Amino acid sequence: MLNNFVMPDLYPAAPEIFLLCMSFLVLFVDLIFGATHRGLAALLTVVTLLGCAAITIVTADGHTALTFSNMFVDDLLADFLKLVTYLAVIVVLVYSRQYLADRGLDRGEFYLLVLYATLGMMVMISAANFVTIYLGLELLSLSLYALVAIDRNASRATEAAMKYFVLGAMASGLLLYGMSMIYGATGSLEIGGVAQAMHHGQSDKTILVFGLVFLVAGVAFKLGLVPFHMWIPDVYHGAPTAVTLLIGSAPKLAAFAMTLRLLVYGLFGLADDWQKMLLLMAVLSIGLGNLAAIAQTNIKRMLAYSTISHMGFMILGLMSGVVGGVVDPFTAVNAYSSALYYTVAYVLMSLGAFGMVLLLSRAGYEAENLDDFRGLNQRSPWFAAVMLVIMFSMAGIPFFVGFFAKFAVLLAAIKAGYTVVAVVAVMFSLVGAFYYLRVVKLMYFDAPVDSAPITAPMDMRILLSINGVAVAAFGLFPDALMSLCTTTLLRSL
Amino acid sequence: MELKTILFYLFAVIMVFAALRVVTARNPVHAVLFLVLAFFNAAGLWMLLQAEFLSIMLVMVYVGAVMVLFLFVVMMLDINIEQMRKGFWTHLPLGAGVGLLMVAEMAVVLSGRYFGLQNFPPQNLPANHSNTKELARVMFTDYVYPFELASVILLVAVIAAVMLTQRTRKDTKGMHPNDQIAVKRNDRLRIVRMVSEPPEVQAVDAKAEEKS
Repeated sequence: MLNNFVMPDLYPAAPEIFLLCMSFLVLFVDLIFGATHRGLAALLTVVTLLGCAAITIVTADGHTALTFSNMFVDDLLADFLKLVTYLAVIVVLVYSRQYLADRGLDRGEFYLLVLYATLGMMVMISAANFVTIYLGLELLSLSLYALVAIDRNASRATEAAMKYFVLGAMASGLLLYGMSMIYGATGSLEIGGVAQAMHHGQSDKTILVFGLVFLVAGVAFKLGLVPFHMWIPDVYHGAPTAVTLLIGSAPKLAAFAMTLRLLVYGLFGLADDWQKMLLLMAVLSIGLGNLAAIAQTNIKRMLAYSTISHMGFMILGLMSGVVGGVVDPFTAVNAYSSALYYTVAYVLMSLGAFGMVLLLSRAGYEAENLDDFRGLNQRSPWFAAVMLVIMFSMAGIPFFVGFFAKFAVLLAAIKAGYTVVAVVAVMFSLVGAFYYLRVVKLMYFDAPVDSAPITAPMDMRILLSINGVAVAAFGLFPDALMSLCTTTLLRSL
Repeated sequence: MELKTILFYLFAVIMVFAALRVVTARNPVHAVLFLVLAFFNAAGLWMLLQAEFLSIMLVMVYVGAVMVLFLFVVMMLDINIEQMRKGFWTHLPLGAGVGLLMVAEMAVVLSGRYFGLQNFPPQNLPANHSNTKELARVMFTDYVYPFELASVILLVAVIAAVMLTQRTRKDTKGMHPNDQIAVKRNDRLRIVRMVSEPPEVQAVDAKAEEKS
């Protein structure tokens, strides 16, 4: 009965297996020593992620390996995205340690859920099958819903978690429905199998496009693109800032991987159809995100709307791969690597921006209003400069990483013939520059409202400084990261 | 018309009716009961599709466990149905419009042309064919990775549920006889050894009083 079964090769999935085993260790260590040694779970979590990074680097050989009956893929893209994910999660943990300790939220559950969310992201990044994509997404989302509600006494957080949960469940339903339609049309759940079935033209296009609509809607929800963006401002605003930092950074990498695997690896044959859908959502996201951010007085809400517009920009790269139905490998790789570059750059900036909000918060005080940044230059010139770099970079002012990310994406869009779209995107990002520069104005030209000294631990200060310097350095030497993205995609497609 | 076809339409009609009543029922307990009815009919449909294991699981797990639990929760909660229905009629035109549009689109795509019997002919399996065995075979071989992932998701659900509901109250005043009996003298009484106060202090005080 089992004679045609081959034992799956566990080697490519070593980081996932290691993380899962370590998460059990964290669970038991927290159970036994949680009350007496508070920092132990946090330390073990960081050690786990560093271990995962080491394993990923050691096992990366640049070849594409499929395992678990073609459900799991380990290629260069997966290795690269996983490494950035570990890095982002470690940064999140360092930034949020003091914040959580001040609020009594640094319990073992926080670290466990962060670990499982990371596992979910890794599964999504390495997914080669619709079922695995869905399960990875659920693992990630379920952990995040719980994390948003971790502070039970905050009614705003509970409301945000509820909203996130209900809307997220609906989006998962849409995604699953789309997947089932595509399965019905192609007879395969494997991403490679779907692409093959479509290539041979044995599937009906009506059903495929019908499924695609649901699939794109589900993906757009997870990315937070405009018609499906309603949850982003409320969740970012309502969640504890440490959780907002997590939601706003690493999961974007997983969402990018999911979009790439579904649309480019799987449904490349329908590129003409999904590019039109993405185009509409990109323009709407860039427009609405930038316009709505102007009206915000809360910096977490402002950054939430800025996320929407940044994701719109990222999508500009993804929709520029195929021009007029002609597949040119060079254009395609160029466009997708610009989107990858944008995602990585955005994660770097987002970590820094929410890290600054955490830096200014202290026990019993949330520095989440724009007014809290007033006169930061007088309180700490160095961190005002770090925030300045991050805001300039997000606005797309030259010689920071955000500028080159926007540049690459817009170049890809213009090459694909979307000149008008690119012009509109630039116009809206000019509008967006207003609210980024307003933060700079508040920091440098206004008197401080809150003059308490900054009481962040040293490790956070150092890492945040490195984060700011990295945003500037990747802007001065953009080629390093850009060529890394291009090589990664070239060898993974 | 075959008996199977009649059964299919019977189950389908009851299921759609029950699903509609879940949304429109005024009493939440009735809504839950209608959901149970919908599950029963879905189980019937699966049985017609020769997926008997899934069908039995649906009845056992969903109807037997999940919905009973759900019913308890709904009975415990004090749901103000009038407040929940506020705005029902004002939002109905938009909601119904979008809903009907989607149903119409789905009807076009999901018609017999693409998903009819000629595209997916029924398999005539022998009577001793075990659906359960087939499911188990793929679940523990080809689908072992998703299977493990699903178990991790359940673990996350357990951790999240405990985290969100467990409360350790610090202000409770309870007696613990064990601790009371096990108490030692050193826990209650502390003898502090200290040097006696030097006599000069009094002398100095006396001098100070004399001066004043």
